Amino acid sequence: MFSFQSIKNYQTFLAENSDGCSVAVNHYLSEIEKNKHLNSFLEVFAAEALQSAKELDAKRKAGKPLGKLHGVLIALKDVICYKDHQVSASSKILTNFTSIYNATAVEKLLAEDAIIIGRNNCDEFAMGSSNENSAFGIVKNAIDETRVPGGSSGGSAVAVQAGLSMISLGSDTGGSVRQPADFCGVVGLKPTYGRVSRYGLIAYASSFDQIGIFANTVDDAALVLEIIAGADDFDSTASEQKVPFYSSELKEEKKSYRIAYFKQALEHPGLDKEIASSIQTYIQTLKDAGYIVETVDFDLLNYIVPTYYILTTAEASSNLSRFDGVKYGYRADLNKEDDLTELYKKSRSEGFGKEVQRRILLGTFVLSSGYYDAYFTKAQQVRRMLCDQTKKIFEEYDAIISPTVPTTAFKIGEKSDDPIEMFLADIYTVYANLVGIPGISIPLFKHSNGMPFGLQVMTKHFDELSLLSLSKQMMQLKP
Amino acid sequence: MQVTDTTIDNLAHLARLRFNEDEKGSIKKDLQNMIAFVEQLKEIDTTGVEPLLHMSDTENVLRDDVIKGSISREDALKNAPLKDEEFFKVPTVIKK
Repeated sequence: MFSFQSIKNYQTFLAENSDGCSVAVNHYLSEIEKNKHLNSFLEVFAAEALQSAKELDAKRKAGKPLGKLHGVLIALKDVICYKDHQVSASSKILTNFTSIYNATAVEKLLAEDAIIIGRNNCDEFAMGSSNENSAFGIVKNAIDETRVPGGSSGGSAVAVQAGLSMISLGSDTGGSVRQPADFCGVVGLKPTYGRVSRYGLIAYASSFDQIGIFANTVDDAALVLEIIAGADDFDSTASEQKVPFYSSELKEEKKSYRIAYFKQALEHPGLDKEIASSIQTYIQTLKDAGYIVETVDFDLLNYIVPTYYILTTAEASSNLSRFDGVKYGYRADLNKEDDLTELYKKSRSEGFGKEVQRRILLGTFVLSSGYYDAYFTKAQQVRRMLCDQTKKIFEEYDAIISPTVPTTAFKIGEKSDDPIEMFLADIYTVYANLVGIPGISIPLFKHSNGMPFGLQVMTKHFDELSLLSLSKQMMQLKP
Repeated sequence: MQVTDTTIDNLAHLARLRFNEDEKGSIKKDLQNMIAFVEQLKEIDTTGVEPLLHMSDTENVLRDDVIKGSISREDALKNAPLKDEEFFKVPTVIKK
């Protein structure tokens, strides 16, 4: 019976088993089949995965040099392009769309011998916090199927949670990797803005979007990041900064990290009492272990979600204007007298779901003449203030910790009608996207209601090495 | 800020969306709530703060201007819902 603990462990297994990749793929295909009702996958590339596995097994047998992700199964959120495969952003408007190129991240995975096992369900255009906004149905949390997995990368989180893939890639615009990782009890990493190329990632809000990683362990996330990060000719916002060898440079031994937490975050009235007290206790554990953990003031906390929604909806309204029923995707049936404007309106109204339309409308509003300065410019100013404050904090501290989400996974249907209530689930995660820093959710805790929850750790720009090192050390202090 | 039917109609047109009468009621309410929510920002004094326009510190990312293709016409047309051999097809835009 095949079982997966970590990539390193799997590589040892492969060294001892000449048909190891095929064994692994068969195992995952049967697990995916058994867990179909979770609705994590929109499509499974079964035949291809088996074929790749066979080729990889042969490659190993022939003694050829092996990629760093040799035989590692990876699932892609349905917003990441994989050449000659469908991608739909879980939207009706991209029905039957086939990618004509690979996302840079996918290209890099394939170059290291990874096997792409399928594509995962998500909230439509990555807009949502519960995976209830997909045109292809809700995704269920494998720990409690009456609960949501979080979103927007809900299917990707469940893929790793339920053992349906070794790794999955999601995208994180305001917490869409960290929040479902928290709800599902797995590791969810959002790198620094610009660390991973966005080429081939369907855009939601371009100054926030970042491809992220779901994994069982911090080490696995580190290895995958090391592969997919780096400069890219196709994305000028992807940083030229050198990519460290995260997986081998991870520091297990304790450095005297200085850690900050926001007083307002732990005292927030929306924060579950048990989550608050678990984190307080854990802070004491960290102090006892020799870390310096101090509280800092952060009076802008209540303004980060509004700032986030102004800026992301504005960017989304612009990004999603490309879906017009002409170049690709869904096109409405027209009457004889319908003109081009009518083609746009009908196709877009019929093709986009409710939440996407709401956000496009809000974005159009904040960018419209007469309101632009009062809303959009104002939010850009607040974003500057947030960045300045953050810079100051990192002059004194190596990391900031907080809850990842104010509650554990909520029940399916519980919040889906109230956009504002849903927005507030993002209160702790949107901050990292607003200021561009890396963040991770690590599965440290279990609630008395049976659900897991995580701790969010953030470091300064491009300091994923400290982020991952500290996370690994923190996992060793798991309560 | 009061959201009216006219507001919704104008915004819907700008965004090339359309809402029927049923949908209009709920979208009006949602938009009203969302705007009230983001209006909290008015409480912050941002006098003299330069708006943040770009997230990365890099400026002028330059590369050599090498001629290389991107995608073929065939690929570009591959996903189009209505096309011929060379073009995307849309309703007539020039009035006779």
